Amino acid sequence: MTALLSLTRLSKRFRGLVAVDGVSFAVPEGAIFAVIGPNGAGKTTLFNMIAGAIPPDSGTVSFAGEDITGLAPDVVCRRGIARTFQLVRPFPALSVEDNVIVGALLRRHDVGAARVRAHELLLRFDLFDRRHYPASSLTLPDRKRLEVMRALATEPKLLLLDEVVAGLRPTEVDRLVGVLRELNRDSGLTILLIEHVMRAVMALASRVLVLDHGVAIAEGEPREVVRDPAVVQSYLGQSEINVRVV
Amino acid sequence: MIARLAEGATRRSLWLLGAVVAVLVIAPFVVNDYLLTVMIVALYLAYTGQAWNIMMGFAGQLSLGNAIYAGLGAYVAAVLFTRYGVAPWLGFLAAIPVAAGCAAIIGFLAFRFGVAGVYFAILTIAFAEFARVGFDHLDFVHASAGLFLPVAQYTHDDLWRLRGNPTMFYYVMLAATAVAFVLSRALLKSRIGYFWLAIREDEQAARATGINTFRYKMYALMISAAVTSFAGVFYAFFYNNLFPEQVFNITQSIEMILGPIIGGVGTLFGPVLGAFVLTGMAESVTSIMAALGFDLPGAKQVFYGICLLLVVVALPEGIWPPLARRLGIDKGKR
Repeated sequence: MTALLSLTRLSKRFRGLVAVDGVSFAVPEGAIFAVIGPNGAGKTTLFNMIAGAIPPDSGTVSFAGEDITGLAPDVVCRRGIARTFQLVRPFPALSVEDNVIVGALLRRHDVGAARVRAHELLLRFDLFDRRHYPASSLTLPDRKRLEVMRALATEPKLLLLDEVVAGLRPTEVDRLVGVLRELNRDSGLTILLIEHVMRAVMALASRVLVLDHGVAIAEGEPREVVRDPAVVQSYLGQSEINVRVV
Repeated sequence: MIARLAEGATRRSLWLLGAVVAVLVIAPFVVNDYLLTVMIVALYLAYTGQAWNIMMGFAGQLSLGNAIYAGLGAYVAAVLFTRYGVAPWLGFLAAIPVAAGCAAIIGFLAFRFGVAGVYFAILTIAFAEFARVGFDHLDFVHASAGLFLPVAQYTHDDLWRLRGNPTMFYYVMLAATAVAFVLSRALLKSRIGYFWLAIREDEQAARATGINTFRYKMYALMISAAVTSFAGVFYAFFYNNLFPEQVFNITQSIEMILGPIIGGVGTLFGPVLGAFVLTGMAESVTSIMAALGFDLPGAKQVFYGICLLLVVVALPEGIWPPLARRLGIDKGKR
């Protein structure tokens, strides 16, 4: 398998704090790759650098064989990387349907065609019945699904999910995990996710990278990684407890 | 084409629109000269309000200096007419690139350097003020002495040269308002409209969704400016005199935005409704004051202020959205 996304010694510092310190990894095409780590490990900073929201201080990001380091977020999205935000930000006053239509219009010029695509996604994510409600009226789990739909509507090759199941109830987690797996299996969509909820990571990821204080401390299969002493140490035993839940 | 334009509109809203248009078309046959002038002012504000609404209501860019685009339109058309005998409609064609170009300069400076929100609004005021002071010293357009268009008694209406009676001007402005309405709706329902709303709602999320926000904000400004410039052409030929102190004055910019704010920012009917409500009430207040024997300069401005306060406090969405819900023509969508 060839790497769809690869990071080479990517670094970012904010004043004195090194948020991401020389992180390198490669996400193979068609994989579901998870980045885990305690709060403040630099996961979101890493995402923001891939998505173009903040430029890295050093290192490179390459996507589909091209260097995309430091490109603007809209350019990155048009190249085929779509993202969700950790703190969800759908377009609040727009209807659920219109939110998805905005995404679908990126690759379509006709609003009717975009609406057809939006309806497919709304049906798949069980939000079709609520399509005329304003996005601001949705519950948090629904807003998270809406963000995933809006990102998917742009037809990405790579989907970046920033803590998309955090705050959901276990049944909701399983439902979203199911949809994401289906998407990965059916359309070969590559997914890179940041996640705290080990239940989702273990169920989804084929490969896991552990970040701690901006440094990659372990990478491998999910089941190996959670047993890695360095990983357990960084979580102060937390991960062991979480893993048992699975 | 007509079916396409009406697509997605409820039957009730089409009936309502038809009734409003019918009343406005018949109006000149029933009302007296004074009321006709008031209605022309209302239509003028409905037109400029719709233009401003494209920029602010759709794309979320707050301009407090739209008078600059009307002023440029007025001066371009008036100079071409008085000096070279060019008809105002051709003058308008010349004014479009001037106004849109000016908007492009303002937009470029603002958006390239991350000037947004109230700072963008201040920049738009600054440019309108530059224009006011600049034209006040521009001898080519007779500076502060003002530019006058020849006035004569007209035996018939000359639509091509915009010389004629108030009734003709009324229908010109009515047609312009209708065109602006149809244009606004077409824009809002198209790809560009969706992208504008996305930018208005959350610019960062819009960028993450692949929208080139710089480009679409520029489009909003340039289209709004081009539309506004026609109001200036109309102003020049209706009033027949132009003073920089008047046309570029910030009060002009403010009057343009009151209609949409009171009617409902971002809605299609709001700017039109707001302009009529505001103009009608302001004229009533002035008449009542005059009848009671008071002559208070600035009473209209105070009245505008009170209206604005009431709307902001009681109806933050403006008059139209709650009214639309009551009339049952709101689908709960936009």
